[in-house]
Amino acid sequence: MAPSSTSSEGASDEWLPPSRRPELADVVPVTQDDGPHPVVAIAYRDEFREVMDYFRALYFAGERSVRALHLTAEVIDLNPGNYTVWHFRRLVLEALDADLREEMDFVDRIAECNPKNYQIWHHKRWLAEKLGPDIANKEHEFTRKILSMDAKNYHAWSHRQWVLQALGGWETELQYCNQLLEEDVFNNSAWNQRYLVITSSPLLGGLAAMRDSEVDYTVGAILANPQNESPWRYLKGLYKGENNLLMADERISDVCLKVLKHDSTCVFALSLLLDLLQIGLQPSDELKGTIEAIKNSDPEADEAVDADLATAICSILQRCDPLRINYWSWYRTTISSQT
Amino acid sequence: MVRRLSVRSPRLQRARRPPPSAPPTTAPMDPPSPPPPPPYPPAAAEGGPAADSQAAELPRLTVTQVEQMKVEAKVGEIYRVLFGNAPNANSLMLELWREQHVEYLTRGLKHLGPSFHVLDANRPWLCYWIIHALALLDEIPDDVEDDIVDFLSRCQDKDGGYGGGPGQLPHLATTYAAVNTLVTIGSERALSSVNRDNLYKFMLRMKDTSGAFRMHDGGEIDVRASYTAISVASLVNILDGELAKGVGNYITRCQTYEGGIAGEPYAEAHGGYTFCGLATMILLNEVDKLDLASLIGWVAFRQGVECGFQGRTNKLVDGCYSFWQGAALALTQKLMTVVDEQLKSSYSSKRPPGDDACGTSSSTEAAYYAKFGFDFIEKSNQIGPLFHNIALQQYILLCAQVLDGGLRDKPGKNRDHYHSCYCLSGLSVSQYSAMVDSDACPLPQHVLGPYSNLLEPIHPLYNVVLDKYHTAYEFFSS
Repeated sequence: MAPSSTSSEGASDEWLPPSRRPELADVVPVTQDDGPHPVVAIAYRDEFREVMDYFRALYFAGERSVRALHLTAEVIDLNPGNYTVWHFRRLVLEALDADLREEMDFVDRIAECNPKNYQIWHHKRWLAEKLGPDIANKEHEFTRKILSMDAKNYHAWSHRQWVLQALGGWETELQYCNQLLEEDVFNNSAWNQRYLVITSSPLLGGLAAMRDSEVDYTVGAILANPQNESPWRYLKGLYKGENNLLMADERISDVCLKVLKHDSTCVFALSLLLDLLQIGLQPSDELKGTIEAIKNSDPEADEAVDADLATAICSILQRCDPLRINYWSWYRTTISSQT
Repeated sequence: MVRRLSVRSPRLQRARRPPPSAPPTTAPMDPPSPPPPPPYPPAAAEGGPAADSQAAELPRLTVTQVEQMKVEAKVGEIYRVLFGNAPNANSLMLELWREQHVEYLTRGLKHLGPSFHVLDANRPWLCYWIIHALALLDEIPDDVEDDIVDFLSRCQDKDGGYGGGPGQLPHLATTYAAVNTLVTIGSERALSSVNRDNLYKFMLRMKDTSGAFRMHDGGEIDVRASYTAISVASLVNILDGELAKGVGNYITRCQTYEGGIAGEPYAEAHGGYTFCGLATMILLNEVDKLDLASLIGWVAFRQGVECGFQGRTNKLVDGCYSFWQGAALALTQKLMTVVDEQLKSSYSSKRPPGDDACGTSSSTEAAYYAKFGFDFIEKSNQIGPLFHNIALQQYILLCAQVLDGGLRDKPGKNRDHYHSCYCLSGLSVSQYSAMVDSDACPLPQHVLGPYSNLLEPIHPLYNVVLDKYHTAYEFFSS
């Protein structure tokens, strides 16, 4: 089996510059070709400069060796964003037929210190692809760990999604989403993950089978925190491409009306009602009455009493959501274009 | 001496004072003057999110809520100073500190400290962030242009594309940064230094079977890679059917249930990827595959009470999204005919937008694609700003500017070149977003603070200053 991919023995020793290491004695360092008048010139420290010069020598020579592997680890430690080094390391790992499980342990230690680095997560995906389904659980544990420190880490979520789709592990994913949303119902990444699970898990039967229970769950989340945008978007997402079903489900307009009874300026509720009317919902008397009451509560209202309901809601939104006054003005033009 | 192809037209000269007392005749479609920014809500209670006596009664606040309240408190303090000031003090606060920014940027162009070693694989990006920001301020120093061209030539790979530094593997992101830098310099020497034949071959090698692009040989695939490839190919006029094949379908799959675009299919909608995906679809002439009304709604809701944009739902405001999200909405202002068509068809049938798309054009000629970027910017805005352009300028000027120069993510963060570039780009987009006639100058009421705050206009599809784009377009069309 190939030698260890971890740092060489004697890690506790004083750091020895490459130029003084016997195993690199034959290497001629290659300086960076910055030209006579470098721009965005970085004042490299001696250690960084020297390690890079030795790396370039091995990289340009295409030397896929144990010492090259060690040197790439050192460069990565200095600058984990150097994608060239990661690429070369993968070539060396393949040439040496290295133990990729050990490599995953190596990269996980680096990832914990650099959780938002594209190159590290890409390396993990490459490794996981080669290691196969056996490593799915370990990868899920790792992303759980990263997400426990930063619940919205985009790279960790992308990796988790890829592992699910490529290697499996769906059994506990909905429960994981439940746990995260219980901890922070404002965690939009967890809502997005929930959408993936509901729509794509091979164990759940798909969106059509899950929609009813998911609507109940989402309505509950909305009522608990009406100012939380995530469940409002999720709720509409449950009916993506299914306008007729969205209109037919009375729970949708009901939750809007419930919220507006307590907060007549809830933009999300007004906006969803507006969308429902746009796709053809026939408004109930209760809906008409609620909107009329909100409209009349504004002493400066200048709308004609016979303005249609959607236009009235747009006017209300322009008043109570001034940051988006331009957007609501545009939305209003799309109403008149339907008439 | 290098002959400069760029000749500045008079209308683009930076104004140092408001236009003459008789401003240009208001176009019939000129939008009304925007209202003042919304009043800022009361800050979170001093000393913590909730008083002790209330803790027993209220549900426990989540991490998201706590972090959001902290930011709102910081921003609220700044705005209360503004609203409490006498008018002349406000004009100082609302000034764009040009000299300080130019000094910060120019210094970085020449010399960066040891801590920048973590960006050693991103030096073309540093060139772009700095040069583009200076171009927006109309302050590119003459003495470094040739040095930059020389440096980027050393980053150019013999087989095409640009690496993150000399001798590094070619990478689509640093290729975008390098080409945009060269276009921004705009000299014949700069533009002719791009090896387009090899660049084309490099891009073809990065194509994946999914239609999307890999960032580099064996690298990651995402919407950024597609944008950087298609944007560069369009800009230097090498975009053809081979490079375009399948990209539109890949990006369509990345639009999420929220309406924004994610980095990969099923990932979370994100401002950076939304801009990249939307711009790519426009450059491919396939924007009708996206559900545009849904996208517009999602982006519009990313502007929050701080007046700036957040990148994702329930994430914190960040000055760089002034460009990523602001430019996305600015782009859609030129797409209203497509949006209207989509809305009509979606309301009258069960099929969602995009399912009826005809697919990729059968044409493979490069010239066919190059004109989409050109024609797009010539189009008038069909509607006023879809975001609150004055509020956004307020966030950038008051919260993102750093007193010593440079711009930042949010109050409490450090300045950096990336945020300087994208905050200023967002400021430019915002200042020009109310214009209907693309040849006019913005009216003073659309420029927050003194009119001298007005930046150079950009081509929002590429994020290159507009007159530099035109120079490049002419150069690469011949």
